[in-house]
Amino acid sequence: MLKTFKIGGVHPPENKWTADGKIEVLPVPEEVVIPLGQHIGAPATPVVQKGDHVKAGQLIGEAAGFVSAAVHSSVSGTVTAVEERPDAGGIPRPVVVIKVEGDEWMEGINRSERAEHNITASKEEILKAIGAAGIVGMGGAAFPTRVKLSPPPGNTAELLIINGVECEPYLTADHRIMLERAEDIVVGTMILMKALGVKKAVIGIENNKPDAIGKLQGIATKVLGVEICPLKVKYPQGGEKQLIKAVTGKTVPSCGLPIAVGAVVQNVGTALAVYEAVMKRKPLVERIVTVTGTSVKKPGNFLCRIGTPISRLIEAAGGLPADSAKVICGGPMMGRAMANLDAPVTKGTSGILILSEKEALRKPESNCIRCSKCVSVCPMGLEPYLLMDLSRFQLPERLETEKVMDCIECGSCSFTCPSHRPLLDYIRLGKGRTGVMIRNRKK
Amino acid sequence: MNTILITIVSLCAIGIVSAVILYIVAQKFNVEEDPRIDTVEGLLPGANCGGCGYPGCRGLAEAIVKANDMEGLLCPVGGTAGMQKIAAALGREVSEAAPKIAVVRCNGSCDNRPRINRYDGAPSCAVEHALYAGETACIYGCLGCGDCVEACVFDAIHMDETTGLPVVNDKCVACGACVKACPRSIIELRNRGPKERRIFVACVNKEKGGTARKACSVACIGCSKCAKACTFEAISIENNLAYIDFTKCRLCRKCVGVCPTGAIQEINFPARKITPEIQETENTPAVAAEAKETVKPAALTAETAVTGTLVPTAVTVVKEVVVTEEVVTVEEEIVTVEEEIVTVEDVSAGEKAEEPEMTEEREVVEETIPEEEKKEVPRKVDLATDEEIDFKI
Repeated sequence: MLKTFKIGGVHPPENKWTADGKIEVLPVPEEVVIPLGQHIGAPATPVVQKGDHVKAGQLIGEAAGFVSAAVHSSVSGTVTAVEERPDAGGIPRPVVVIKVEGDEWMEGINRSERAEHNITASKEEILKAIGAAGIVGMGGAAFPTRVKLSPPPGNTAELLIINGVECEPYLTADHRIMLERAEDIVVGTMILMKALGVKKAVIGIENNKPDAIGKLQGIATKVLGVEICPLKVKYPQGGEKQLIKAVTGKTVPSCGLPIAVGAVVQNVGTALAVYEAVMKRKPLVERIVTVTGTSVKKPGNFLCRIGTPISRLIEAAGGLPADSAKVICGGPMMGRAMANLDAPVTKGTSGILILSEKEALRKPESNCIRCSKCVSVCPMGLEPYLLMDLSRFQLPERLETEKVMDCIECGSCSFTCPSHRPLLDYIRLGKGRTGVMIRNRKK
Repeated sequence: MNTILITIVSLCAIGIVSAVILYIVAQKFNVEEDPRIDTVEGLLPGANCGGCGYPGCRGLAEAIVKANDMEGLLCPVGGTAGMQKIAAALGREVSEAAPKIAVVRCNGSCDNRPRINRYDGAPSCAVEHALYAGETACIYGCLGCGDCVEACVFDAIHMDETTGLPVVNDKCVACGACVKACPRSIIELRNRGPKERRIFVACVNKEKGGTARKACSVACIGCSKCAKACTFEAISIENNLAYIDFTKCRLCRKCVGVCPTGAIQEINFPARKITPEIQETENTPAVAAEAKETVKPAALTAETAVTGTLVPTAVTVVKEVVVTEEVVTVEEEIVTVEEEIVTVEDVSAGEKAEEPEMTEEREVVEETIPEEEKKEVPRKVDLATDEEIDFKI
């Protein structure tokens, strides 16, 4: 019997068509637009000006505060602007625009293919290197990794969980790196174990990726303390709290952090980035993005520089199909529809999904029939129908008592609702308002 | 017999003990309340709209009784008349507060602001605003999902089907519910103004001129022409956006004429007088193509007749005047006809022959247009014509 989390969960069609597609390296574009706020927290402070010449891997934005991350140039060239440009949602955000000239990298970055296995760096050096490389959670939330590796006082980590679940349908970026960079991921895991001072790490992978499980198991048997844990396929197993529940059986308390049960969760992509930062001195300047969709001519997984326009990725995948209605940044469950296709790839872009009119458009909303399907699928044990109504009537106090802040915004409720009610849209709104209320109260 | 006695005595004893306890508790937890609060609450309309800024009518009643004077306390539903009654009951004096109305500061209709994408999420402005920039390139403008309409308990704001923008009607009591509901802070409470006449910048776009204009043809581009034209220092420019201070504005309409994009709206003003020469230029095909709204031929003749007879002297004065864009509505023409009809008789007896026909036109048009349907339409008139208008405020 395979492990999984207990309450809730759904089974959306997997549609992982790009699982066999090898990672293709996308050519460097003529111009990159690197957002200064690619992570959760304060946007980085720019340290370059218009006209400056930068090399790939050079620092262009310093972390502004504790919860923030450094931003590096992903190409070599001249800075043409430090301004505001619309992001994927059309909202202007501070960016650094770089015109590409050649491909010159910073000195000290090891770009050889040769694997490095000897971890010589100390705990402090590792944390410093992770911070300096601007590494953030690569699963999509983009939370600064350095912050996650510094547990608050009074808490000690006992277990590191590496998230190789990739429960979002369509996406295969993590699957591909687990196949093609398995060794590096295991070394990255060992580095993270050292940084946290834990003796045990578990790599959780859903059972729909038997090749990745086999490959990593082969390597992990040689390493002390690293285990592979195959998991039953169920969405949203990739959620931090769900993964902890599935692997350890422990429940993270309401509004608590995973460290409360002694666990730290990191994505496989993050483990790979940590490996490159610590062993090869390479900052986070590129990532793997899945481009897929029913009508996409050449769906695949692309290794691209951060700041590459998403339209370039779509071109590489055979161009925008004629029947496209919606382009989603991220997976179909948690991703967001894009309003601007020239928006750049950021550290948290895991996939680009192109949907046709038939697949994309929402069905008309009808009344709640009190079937309680949303309640039974909620992985956090909440009551989505109630939260939606409370959010509509703007009752943040009630929302707080109904634990809206525990919502992980997985979208299982909206997915399962037979009346096609936009449950998550309203819950997200109410969550935002409740968050503001709580922050104001603390002041 | 003994049993009955015991029962009665014990019941009485329990009654007395309970009464004593209740008395002590009532004394201990007694809440002193000013009896005037109930009186004031009775005088308030009881809509509990929260427009005064207090939680319901009782909240306002408590605040009024607690305060020493009526300064800053106003029930927008009851208005000044209601406040006067309350002040009289409390033996106070009340200062006249200018009645206000909600004003929608966005004119980005489908024609003015092209859609660049389609939103199919939850039909709520708040949700759409939290998700992304919106269906158009303007990240400040109206989202058109109608959160303001839903918030209004007075049936005073409705979505216009053709423009996709909310329209405020006379039922508005300025409670401010729509102001709070709008996630983009487009709606503002402004003075109703004399004769319901108002001038305001119908735009909240803080982008630089080029970007704003690209997103919407009637956006404020922050050119500050209006601020320079204003003789009362009522217009300020901040973040590439003009704002007219309604406490300083004297409704001279100079700013309306100089605005290159037509972002400044004037409401309930009579139509500007148009000379026959201007009328001719307007009839030329080139200008007619530019005009945003087609003018009804019948009404046009009526106005031509009036203006033609009215201002013969002005013709020589304003020869250089060229009207580039002229938007005329049927409703405004009615106003013109009504106001000027007396003078027609005075000025020229020779042209009286046209008058009965004209009056007929007016009556017909007036009957067909109900009060609610009278729309507020932006007008763009060259500044030079402005000098010719003599209206009273």
